[in-house]
Amino acid sequence: MTVNWYLIVSAMIFALGAAGVMIRRNPLVILLCLELMLNAGNLALIGFSRMWGTGAGEIFAIVVMVIAACEVAIGLGIIVALYRRRLPVDVDELRELHG
Amino acid sequence: MTFLFFFIFAGFALAGAAGVVVLRNPFYCVLSLVVHLISLALLFLLLEAQFVAVAQIVVYAGAVMVLYVFVVAYVGGGDKPDQLWSASPRQKALAIGFGSLIFIELAIAILGTALSSLGTEGATLSATYGTPAEIGQLLLTDYLLAFELASMLLLVAAIGAVALAGRRGGIAEDEGNLSPRHGVVHTPSPAATGSMAEGVSGYGVTTPLPDPQLEGRELQQPARTAAEDDR
Repeated sequence: MTVNWYLIVSAMIFALGAAGVMIRRNPLVILLCLELMLNAGNLALIGFSRMWGTGAGEIFAIVVMVIAACEVAIGLGIIVALYRRRLPVDVDELRELHG
Repeated sequence: MTFLFFFIFAGFALAGAAGVVVLRNPFYCVLSLVVHLISLALLFLLLEAQFVAVAQIVVYAGAVMVLYVFVVAYVGGGDKPDQLWSASPRQKALAIGFGSLIFIELAIAILGTALSSLGTEGATLSATYGTPAEIGQLLLTDYLLAFELASMLLLVAAIGAVALAGRRGGIAEDEGNLSPRHGVVHTPSPAATGSMAEGVSGYGVTTPLPDPQLEGRELQQPARTAAEDDR
């Protein structure tokens, strides 16, 4: 089981996530697709870590998880704020910085 | 055997990822992402990264996804069936094209370059590889700065989330309703919407629901003076 297999799977997940960000219009689902891409990066990092037999890649993966958690907290906060202002939760409608 | 497990878990991971992109209901998208995350954790186990696998399940599939489920339940709705693919077919084709382009490029980068010469089973592992003890030691020695910065980042994100989603501050809630004609005059809203002002004035609990014709105007008066006192 060479590490390349894991890298290919990671590339597929990343491509799916990128396509999802471009297709979907609901910001919640766009956040989910961002998670997909971050996880693809995580899988590649763990694969590289396994390849070299050192723990550095795992540390990177944990840091990526922390960053993903921060992104989720801020992103969901923005979505809740949008909902409170009764703005449409749809990225096509939210084109202007000044609502 | 590893081979078989790899393909099962990779299949689940990819199916979960595809579900996130394709499913209509955001709630099902979140559940599909949970399937994806758990099978990814199993892939991590195959790569002998036990600690990261457990952290993935506990932190990601557990805590973060619960946050998502709550927000989906709060915001609700999401894509109406006719809205999901109302992205024009051209945009859809473009997105799929870009997605496959990214995959092809990554596949070339992985298989077509010097990385392929490294395509081995990986180094022989020490007995402590992937254990919490090793991770902890690395975090507190070699990667101490990254560890501290990550904790600061989490703190800042937590404060930011509270500031954004809190009742006051963040994106000001009433600004959107103000038109030049109304100025700072309170704009009437439907009665008994469960707002905090109603809660303060004990409205709907101790006093009976108003006549719909009244539009709840004078009943919201005390709440408005309370807001003015704040200023």
